[in-house]
This record gives sequence, C-alpha cells and structure tokens, in this order.
Amino acid sequence: MSDITIKITDREGLLHEVVAPTDMAMNLMEVVRSYELAPEGTIGVCGGMAMCASCQCYVKSDHELPEMTPDEDLMLAEAFYVEDNSRLGCQIQMTPEMDGLEVELAPES
Amino acid sequence: MIKTDILIIGAGPTGLFTVFEAGLLKLKCHLIDALPQPGGQCSEIYPKKPIYDIPAYPEILAGDLTDKLMEQIKSFEPGFTLGERADTIEKLEDDTFVVTTNKGTKHHAPVVAIAGGLGSFEPRKPPIPTIADFEDKGVEYIIRDPEIYRNKKVVIAGGGDSALDWSIFLTDVASEVTLVHRRNEFRGALDSVEKVQELKNNGKIKLITPAEVKEIHGEDHVSAVTIAKGKDDSFVLETDHFIPLFGLSPKLGPIANWGLEIEKNAIKVNNALDYQTNIPGIYAIGDVNTYPGKLKLILCGFHEATLMCQSAYQRIHPDKKYVMKYTTVGGVEGFDGTKKEAPKAVVKKIE
Repeated sequence: MSDITIKITDREGLLHEVVAPTDMAMNLMEVVRSYELAPEGTIGVCGGMAMCASCQCYVKSDHELPEMTPDEDLMLAEAFYVEDNSRLGCQIQMTPEMDGLEVELAPES
Repeated sequence: MIKTDILIIGAGPTGLFTVFEAGLLKLKCHLIDALPQPGGQCSEIYPKKPIYDIPAYPEILAGDLTDKLMEQIKSFEPGFTLGERADTIEKLEDDTFVVTTNKGTKHHAPVVAIAGGLGSFEPRKPPIPTIADFEDKGVEYIIRDPEIYRNKKVVIAGGGDSALDWSIFLTDVASEVTLVHRRNEFRGALDSVEKVQELKNNGKIKLITPAEVKEIHGEDHVSAVTIAKGKDDSFVLETDHFIPLFGLSPKLGPIANWGLEIEKNAIKVNNALDYQTNIPGIYAIGDVNTYPGKLKLILCGFHEATLMCQSAYQRIHPDKKYVMKYTTVGGVEGFDGTKKEAPKAVVKKIE
C-alpha cells in the first residue's frame, strides 16, 4: 500500500507537509486531526457527516476531487468564509490520486 | 436552589445513562443542558442518522437512542434545567458544590458529573463586521420570544430547518418576512421547503436567493441590511430585525475556567479508577474527558458513567458498603414507586 503526501496550511498560516495512508479509509479531516494541525474540538465536530463544516478547507492544487454530494454542497451553502475552492475535508478520501494535494484550512467559525 | 445527589452537566447519551446507573444506587440526578431538549449532539446535529456500535442495536437512529434512554431513566425521575448553560461552580465548606447557570438558576449537589461532550452549543455567528454591535438590538441568533417580532419586519438568513421553520412561523406574527439563503436549494425537511414555497407563492414570504446579508445598518437598533446577490448586485432592505440561523457549534465555554486540568480541549481524568478530575467530587465522563487511549464513543461514555457512579456513591455514603447487583437479580426500583423485576419461575409438580 502506498502513502501519499499532502500539503496542509493550518489556520495560523503554517505549512505542513504530511504523509497520509491510502489504505486506512481516511479522509482529509481525519489526517488533519491525526497530525493535530487544528485543536481538538475545532475540527471534525460532527465526526465526518458533512453536517458542521468545521473541516472546511480551500483546495489550492488542481487535483480532480471527488464530486460533491448534495449533503456537502448544502452544508457549504450555510458555512462562513466560503470560496469557490471550498470543500469539506471529511468528504475528501485519501486515495493515490490525491498525492500532492495542497489545501488550506478555513478559519474556525 | 435545586438539590440533588449527582448534578450532571450535559444531557447527551452519557449524561442520560448516568441517571440510570445512579438510580440503581438510589442516587437522584439533575441535568443541566444549554440545548432546549435532551440528547446532546444526537438530537441537535444528527437525529436522523444511524449509529451502528451501540451494543445489541445493530442499527439505531441517534434520535431514537435519545428516546430509548429517556424511557430507560424515566422511573428515576431526573430533573432537567434545559436551555441554560452551567456557568460557575463554587465549592462549599462541606465539600459540596453549587453550580449556577447563565440564567442564575442554582443547583446544589455533593457530586458534579460533567458529561458535556464537545461543550455547550452556541449559535454560529456570520462574519459580518458590525454584527456584535447589534446583538439584542435587532440581531438575534436564537428566537426566544416570537412576540417581539409582532408587526415588525424581519430578515432571516440560513438554509436549514430552523431558518425554514421560523420563516413559516413568523409569517403569522411579523408584518414582513424575508428569507435570504446563498442557494436556491434548502437543506431542511422536504415538507418545510414545500411550505415555504407555498407561502412564497402567496406573497407571505419574500424569498431572496441566491443571496447573502453583507452589512447591517442602524443607529441604536437594526434599521436595514445590505443584501448581495452576486458580486455586483446588492441592495439595501429596510428591516427591524435580522435573525441569522446558521445552526449551533459546541464550545467548551465557562467549564474551561473551573480550575480543571484541560488538555486538548478536554478535561483530564483518572481513568485507572473513577474518572474523577483534579478536583475531588467533580467527575468528567464521555466525550468531554481525556486520558491515555481515550475514544470518543457513546459506548465508552456509558462505561465511564457506570464506574463514576460507584465512586460517587462512596463519596456520598462513605460509611456504607455497596455490593453490585445484577439488574436481573435485583430488578429496577424506580423513585416513582414502580418496580421492574424478572418474573418468578412457576413451579408445578408432576403427579
């Protein structure tokens, strides 16, 4: 099984280059939590159900991402600081195609 | 002053199950929760979502789990202070505690069990620069008294159930209801969406989508808001109230200042023994606590609640010796006079 590298800019603007496994059914929100790049309780509040938007991030690279589900789309419609490149981290699975992905965490709200 | 044996802060699944385990030990419980209904995250965030790791329930909806727990603890007659946030704690000379809520309700108990999950749910406030200046001066994040909107103009923002439901409700109260949402689609329940559509067709609700409230205007009180439809198309709409309803998010809040040891937004406890915090008599159970190997699972909260109650019993009755009894053997004797017990075997002789 191959690991991939993800570049994550945290809410303080610090860039972290982290390694994520692709065989653990992990999503981007969980990667952020496992490396503690955002304080517990400020990310992944709903646990990954696309129901809280606490894992919103801006996608900086031009990776082809999984299509948005209606749940994610409508949750983002109610989130704050939303940009055109906003996604919910919990809806981005760590697959080999995501190698080199660059994201920035949206502000806490 | 409300008096009880175990004061539970947080009425989520862990807090609710604590009532049952305490009841078996003849200890009475009272629960405080910032939300207006019991269930915590299960009722507030995901009532319609299934949970698959509750022992003996291959699948149960979070809302149903709450209902079942309420049924299970009913005979132990728990008290509830709902819609109020536990703000301060005071330790008295006899080592008992007084907890006061943001509305001034006082609770007195020898044991405090914090089952606060991720914290108390606070409304999410949209990032409009001057919004804080207008709080309670025309901006309300929670509708407490619908009558204040009688014959007033209101603008509601949001796309979930509360935005839809309050828009519907206020059409009979307010003189003008405008609902603003960033999309044409709404996340709320289908029949609420249909009702809003109907009210819009009848001219009872002014629906502005896709749009966003960008600015608030007024001297001492809200008098208008700027609504933007896309980048270059914005206009000012006169209104008496602006009600942003973007759901709630949990914050640890005042508990963080109670002198408890906090690590990673959670309360450190002694997991080798009884989930007590660094302050004797205050326990932390469920998602709100942390210890080596901690897992934030409902089923772990149930276990922690059970052990915590044993320790609470010892604290409240230091001279008594307690021997654990299976409910199958001892039955469940409610404080309301009911008793559940295993049926006695019928003995019949063979002639």
